Amino acid sequence: MANSLYQKHIISISELSREELELVVQTAGKLKAEPQPELIKNKVIASCFFEPSTRTRLSFETAIQRIGGDVIGFDNGGNTSLAKKGETLSDSVQVISSYVDAFVMRHPQEGAARLASEFTGGVPVINAGDGANQHPTQTLLDLFSIYETQGRLDNLNVAFVGDLKYGRTVHSLTQALAKFNNNRFFFIAPDALAMPDYICEELDDAGIQYSVHQEMESTMTELDVLYMTRVQKERFDDSEYAHIKSAYVLSAATLEGAKENLKVLHPLPRVDEITTDVDKTPHAYYFQQAENGVYAREALLALVLNPTL
Amino acid sequence: MTKETQLQVEAICNGTVIDHIPAHIGIKVLKLFEMHNTEERVTIGLNLPSSALGAKDLLKIENVFITEAQAKKLALYAPNATVNQIEDYKVVKKLALSLPETINGVFECPNSNCISHNEPVDSSFRLIQRGQDVRLKCKYCEKAYSRQIMTEL
Repeated sequence: MANSLYQKHIISISELSREELELVVQTAGKLKAEPQPELIKNKVIASCFFEPSTRTRLSFETAIQRIGGDVIGFDNGGNTSLAKKGETLSDSVQVISSYVDAFVMRHPQEGAARLASEFTGGVPVINAGDGANQHPTQTLLDLFSIYETQGRLDNLNVAFVGDLKYGRTVHSLTQALAKFNNNRFFFIAPDALAMPDYICEELDDAGIQYSVHQEMESTMTELDVLYMTRVQKERFDDSEYAHIKSAYVLSAATLEGAKENLKVLHPLPRVDEITTDVDKTPHAYYFQQAENGVYAREALLALVLNPTL
Repeated sequence: MTKETQLQVEAICNGTVIDHIPAHIGIKVLKLFEMHNTEERVTIGLNLPSSALGAKDLLKIENVFITEAQAKKLALYAPNATVNQIEDYKVVKKLALSLPETINGVFECPNSNCISHNEPVDSSFRLIQRGQDVRLKCKYCEKAYSRQIMTEL
């Protein structure tokens, strides 16, 4: 029987079941341990970036080539006929998807990937980020990194730090981890950037435990995963930012007393919210996490394009 | 009270009576069903006295029968309205109003960065009810909005 992700559009993390998340994570682990350079041989994948995103695009295109696929596409929508001649996205998608076996896309507008999935004639769309909405492969690589370092995706104490209001990565990862058993969340953010009510309501409905904090030190000894994000300066006036910033900067000293297995994750780019002395601690895992993006995307493409592996 | 209303608005032989529409919503409902363009006789009562609502709107549409799907749409505007199908001056059927699961092509997504605005697709929202509050979640941008802030296309 075909795996349940075969030929499926991957638009929003909420549409993937716990079993499907586990399947991607396990497949990523296998591909990391044992590369399979011909998994999608003779398949052509569109990599269409209607806005620039260096890491995500390079990671996707590396993943495609590492498992034997070919890539067509563009890295900046400004140079496409869509932008230059006023073509609708739906027309562009209809044409490009007729050339390829899968359609990876990033777009600055929310809902672009869902819309695309209605115009590809069944060719699977993989959302590489649609505006402020979803970025499911980031969540898959986050889950893979957590599984790789903790050996499980349940019974975990996970802190999210920084901008929890606008950060789509923390929303999606929270929703994904909520599908597993007995995970407990610590939301650490300034009031102005607190986790949105709709996420908290979803957690309440699902009976998931979480607590809200203004600083991270008091939670440190309990954590298995510390997921850092950047508090963006633009969201505050200068004096307010100077006051808030220090509470959300992680240094090696902050990690004192942390459990041995604690890993620090970050979707990158980091600016100054994790000081470089953390890089040398055994807790730092954000660069390996970025590397895992390739394996998670290899796994997803392989599952979407092969009925069985 | 019923008697007073009957005196104010003439009974119809065949058609649909939509009663207990909140005041000021009647005209919207009329447009929702395109009844402002019909050739049939439509009796419109606005700001009629109502013991339950204080003031209410009422529509009587001759020779037109509201479908289940239309009744669901109506639930978004007037959840407590009553819809009676009339034949030979008698109520032969009362349609129960329940919210639809999705509503397409009626409301505009309030998110200005939502892709649905500039592409050849109908807007589409899934309805989420939390207590008395009804929210609409856009199929495209996945943001949910309170019914009160939605505007028609």
